[in-house]
Amino acid sequence: MATEPRQKPLEDRETEFRTMSGQPIAPLYGPEEAPVDRAESIGRPGEYPFTRGPYESMYRGRLWTMRQFAGFGTVEETNERFHYLLDHGQTGLSTAFDMPTLMGYDSDHERSLGEVGREGVAVDSLDDMEQLFDGIPLGGVTTSMTINAPAAILLAFYVLVGEKQGVPAEKLGGTIQTDILKEYIAQKEWCFPIEPAMRLVTDMIEWCSRNMPRWHPVSISGYHIREAGSTAQQELAFTLKDGFTYVERALERGLDVDDFAPRLSFFFNAHVDFFEEIAKYRAARRIWAREMRDTYGAKREESMRLRFHAQTAGVSLTAQQPLNNVVRTSLEALAAVLGGTQSLHTNSFDEALALPTEEAVRVALRTQQVIAFESGVANTPDPLGGSWFVEKLTDEMERAAYEYFARIDELGGMVEAIRRNFPQREIADAAFTYQREVDERRRIVVGVNDFVQEDEPQTPILRIDPALESKQADRLAATRARRDGAAVEAALSELKRAAATEANLMPPIIDAARARATEGEMIAALQEVFGTYTESPVF
Amino acid sequence: MEAAIARKIRVVVAKPGLDGHDRGAKIIARALRDAGMEVIYTGLHQTPEQIAETVIQEDADAVGLSILSGAHMTLVPRVVALLKEQGVDDVLVTVGGTIPADDIPELKELGVAAVFTPGSGTDEIVDFIRSGAEERHEREES
Repeated sequence: MATEPRQKPLEDRETEFRTMSGQPIAPLYGPEEAPVDRAESIGRPGEYPFTRGPYESMYRGRLWTMRQFAGFGTVEETNERFHYLLDHGQTGLSTAFDMPTLMGYDSDHERSLGEVGREGVAVDSLDDMEQLFDGIPLGGVTTSMTINAPAAILLAFYVLVGEKQGVPAEKLGGTIQTDILKEYIAQKEWCFPIEPAMRLVTDMIEWCSRNMPRWHPVSISGYHIREAGSTAQQELAFTLKDGFTYVERALERGLDVDDFAPRLSFFFNAHVDFFEEIAKYRAARRIWAREMRDTYGAKREESMRLRFHAQTAGVSLTAQQPLNNVVRTSLEALAAVLGGTQSLHTNSFDEALALPTEEAVRVALRTQQVIAFESGVANTPDPLGGSWFVEKLTDEMERAAYEYFARIDELGGMVEAIRRNFPQREIADAAFTYQREVDERRRIVVGVNDFVQEDEPQTPILRIDPALESKQADRLAATRARRDGAAVEAALSELKRAAATEANLMPPIIDAARARATEGEMIAALQEVFGTYTESPVF
Repeated sequence: MEAAIARKIRVVVAKPGLDGHDRGAKIIARALRDAGMEVIYTGLHQTPEQIAETVIQEDADAVGLSILSGAHMTLVPRVVALLKEQGVDDVLVTVGGTIPADDIPELKELGVAAVFTPGSGTDEIVDFIRSGAEERHEREES
């Protein structure tokens, strides 16, 4: 980038200010902004419509879970990182899988070449999963797993690891992402066409509602939608609409909304436009509560109460002057906490170019600990409630979301909207607009298009040892050699047979997993029945 | 000296491997199209073989490989090798994505003309591709 001095003197700022979503910001907010129905629309934490938080005491009762996303190489390296993070005070686990695992390929598949262990940990079979959690009692920690199209398989692995440890499924606590709609929209990790993929999601919701009362079978996500380039308004609208779609499918299956809704969870981005993010979370809770009660007939408060995990925005990190990222992450984490998140991942300062080093992830964890224990912001629920600016922004986020809901409904619902590339095009347009703003210096990114430093020293980054790929191939070969091949064949046949019926697929997947069928084998078997998916991209 | 009608620059924007991060690739594809170039966006999950075939079939002047999965040191060399094998080694090859500085010299030695890392400006990329492709046209016409 060019390094001309700033073109505008400090005194001569814009005349018009907007949030990152484009919402105009007034010169002043005052009491005239307060909503007339403030008791109803703002309310109290722990009470409908939960604008101020899902729990009465919020962090006075219990802090958010400090849950750092981690995973690279083989299960040995990741198990070591899990222990490191737990030893340094994190309070929940979060698992990052590698691209082959996310896309349903075994580590020795030709499509996996060069990709094993690079973006996360390689998991091919139950044997891998057991070692991943070596020395970690699953009855004493909650675990999140970021995996979507193959989620049912990874959940089966996790349940079986618990079983081996003597922890029954109903005692296991945690979350599996499973949110396939946002894959077609944004994260782009798919194995099957939309309808069979949705069937699997409903199977998981149904099975977990009966067998895993402490588990979240879906983490309805906006993080990835935002990272792909959406605005906060789009993130809010598309995420909630995805959530409503899962609710509708579960109701169509014949489930009672109050039997499954309490275990639906969410995952939002924590981006750098501070007040807009806080307003986004508060609007999300209010919208979800209203729709669950009035549209979907929920009777239990737990069904109306939106709870979420947040991650600071990866896309806001810069490769230039990486220490600036500590500041960005801190502001973003603070917004998530002031917005009432239940669980939080803070990015490491070196993540613009690689997975985090130990030192960098420690600083990220410490960021949460400083906020929790030194800043005082956790000592009362929703401290920004009643702020004229924040309440107005919350109302505006809500209004914008409902506008998007109407447009998606006009298209025939979210699945149809995805088929027509509606959310994908909105995201591509928003991403392009943002990039033009940066290119033209109408939006400043410190260190990138202003306050640039020539000849920066290089930050040491994590390198994944390519030898880990053959190490994983050996692990996989050993699993195949040890197992009863006939039992695996029988289990895979049964899985295919069940997939062609309306049976819930969790039991046959668990059986196949127990026999040491690999993830790739199970996905390939299901693809024989379901087919595969190719997108028609728009840019 | 100049052709009566300027020949349009043809660029393939490709996503090799399993990487699903397509935000940057789509922005570049659109910027190149807005700059008057003919853009073929391959979409996701392309094998090196598929990319090389697209470059050849589309008679591309340039190919931009976008990789944010860390698999670039496996996938980029394979694309470059396939293009060479099939006698198409004057196509401008650029790479974009999360590429550590240490890997850039090796990529350049393979024949990658430029590596655009996070923070690169769109105009810089468009200009680079335009001038590289125009040079290629001049070489072909002379």
